[in-house]
Amino acid sequence: MSDHDYRPKSKVGQWFNDRLPLLTLANHLTDYPTPKNLNYWWTFGGILTFCLITQIVTGLTLAMHYIAHADMAFESVEHIMRDVNYGWLIRYIHANGASMFFLAVYIHIFRSLFYGSYKAPREIIWIIGIIIYLLMMAAAFMGYVLPWGQMSFWGATVITNLFSAIPLVGEGIVTWLWGGYSVDNPTLTRFFTLHYLIPFLILGLVVLHIWALHVPGNNNPVGIDIKKPSKDTVPFHPYIVIKDGFALLMFMIVFAFFVFYAPNILGHADNYIEANPMVTPAHIVPEWYLLPFYAILRSVPDKLLGVVAMLSAILILAVLPWLDTSKIRSAVFRPLYRQFYWILVADVLILGYVGAMPAEGLYLLIARVATAYYFLHFLVILPVLGFKEKTLPVPLSITEPVLGGSPNLAAARNRESKIE
Amino acid sequence: MKNLFKLLSIIIVIIAPNSYSFAAEKVEYLKTDWSFKGLFGKFDRASLQRGYQVYTEVCASCHSMKYLSYRNLAEPGGPEFSEAQAKAIASSFEVTDGPNSDGEMFTRPGKLSDKFVMPYDNVKAAQAANGGAYPPDMSVLVKARGGGVDYIYSLLQGYEDAPSNVSLDDGVYYNKYMYGNKIRMAAPLSDGLVEYGDGTNATVEQMSKDVTTFLMWSAEPHLESRHQMGFKAIVYLIILTVLVYFSMKRIWSRVESEV
Repeated sequence: MSDHDYRPKSKVGQWFNDRLPLLTLANHLTDYPTPKNLNYWWTFGGILTFCLITQIVTGLTLAMHYIAHADMAFESVEHIMRDVNYGWLIRYIHANGASMFFLAVYIHIFRSLFYGSYKAPREIIWIIGIIIYLLMMAAAFMGYVLPWGQMSFWGATVITNLFSAIPLVGEGIVTWLWGGYSVDNPTLTRFFTLHYLIPFLILGLVVLHIWALHVPGNNNPVGIDIKKPSKDTVPFHPYIVIKDGFALLMFMIVFAFFVFYAPNILGHADNYIEANPMVTPAHIVPEWYLLPFYAILRSVPDKLLGVVAMLSAILILAVLPWLDTSKIRSAVFRPLYRQFYWILVADVLILGYVGAMPAEGLYLLIARVATAYYFLHFLVILPVLGFKEKTLPVPLSITEPVLGGSPNLAAARNRESKIE
Repeated sequence: MKNLFKLLSIIIVIIAPNSYSFAAEKVEYLKTDWSFKGLFGKFDRASLQRGYQVYTEVCASCHSMKYLSYRNLAEPGGPEFSEAQAKAIASSFEVTDGPNSDGEMFTRPGKLSDKFVMPYDNVKAAQAANGGAYPPDMSVLVKARGGGVDYIYSLLQGYEDAPSNVSLDDGVYYNKYMYGNKIRMAAPLSDGLVEYGDGTNATVEQMSKDVTTFLMWSAEPHLESRHQMGFKAIVYLIILTVLVYFSMKRIWSRVESEV
């Protein structure tokens, strides 16, 4: 890459950079050629980085005041809410920040699905992303346990009990996870430790995610390979920085609305009741961002198969680059895929909805149909579609659609060669 | 624009099912105009003070409020009793302290730094005194119930004679807003039960509103500063967003003119 030839201007800079090329890295990040036609769906990468940093900073502050003990956790959270200076602000940012993080990650994932960003040569970026997503779910789940409210306790009980579905060793594994014969203080302290650890694992993976991104460069709404740098690209700074900044501010307005005016709307009221092993809540529901998978889990009558279905629903995403057989990346040029894409979006939203409802009657039926369709989409529709679909003609460069799409292929090719 | 619409509908669909906790039993709660709702919502000071009176004269004989201290009563954003009043309130309670230098526990009048004195020593004692039902701690009660303030407000006024097809055990009462309609608490309020110092007519409706306001404050003691800061933060963000938007247009105009 050309930016590796970078040499700092100052003597000191050169001396330092010869020993540790941090300035080369900074230069690479500044000049990084980015497709100029990226739309706002591409700003969620930056927004997610902001979310991660926000969670880490607020989380560290909360950890200074929180007490990870079954008898004191709930009280220490109330202490944070009442007596710690701006403790209520920090906690509400952290609690709603988790929801905002998932909102952003779902948009990020579905953007990738729409524009085929997971396809060659970006499979590794995608797989790292799925691992990050899995770790996020683990972190969020364990974080929800820490206030030691009723939903914390019973959510932890339900989710850890899933491991008991494993034949032969299941019960032993659950006891080992709990550190006892029920969810109790040892469970809380280990969840706290892991909840503290995982964000830093995510941070490391985010570095790899971005590193892997910077090898092929960004995909774009047209989904074609572009020459870099060229008329089709702009340097990351200032163009993408300011655009990401603008989108981030819009996102922060929504974020602030939740924190200041509806801080508990995304949580469950039962979590303001201190954990009580003797009283089971009427409905045990996870946080909204886990509901689609919860619906899949409950739609299968057998416990083990339900767990397998739930895990497969996530892990199937990791092999998506090989399930989608179409050579065309962007759904813009795939008229059929585009329709199936929106059906999938609706399907996941329906799963989320029925996940919040009692698993009985019509809800259960809907959950089963939606679960079946979810797998049908990835296992049948996507592989077949790649062979059957008649795709639209793809432009040769980004400049072409920007100009309104020249019908004259020769002219477009001519322009291409001029840019080179 | 089309995409924006899609995004908005997605957000709405995500948020909408959060009524799930009480979706099974759809009851219309009684509504009243809460002063603390909305962008600039603040507590009605007089209502908070009356609410404290209702709590301490009626509820506190069974319901604890273990996360509050007497000093909170004088803090800004709350009932804002004067410090002298809060001290007088605190000292009207007997607090167990110790051990002293002889190793004995002793009682003394309460201080501002003391937590609200609990009506029972422990949960078992509370259950024993209330026919097996534990009167929940009221510190965060409105946040711990699906319908929030509207639910509490309605419940207090929701006592009725049971319909003929419902049979009630001894010590169980019928309440049309209670989950399952059966409640172990007898109707706690009746007209004129307390005598308000400010001359307000102590109807059941008035007392319900006052005590629910007080419970909202006890669950969210920093609600007023949250609303104030929220407004400033959002105005700041909007101004910054507009400025960044125009900077962005300016910077990107270089690219667009090149094409």
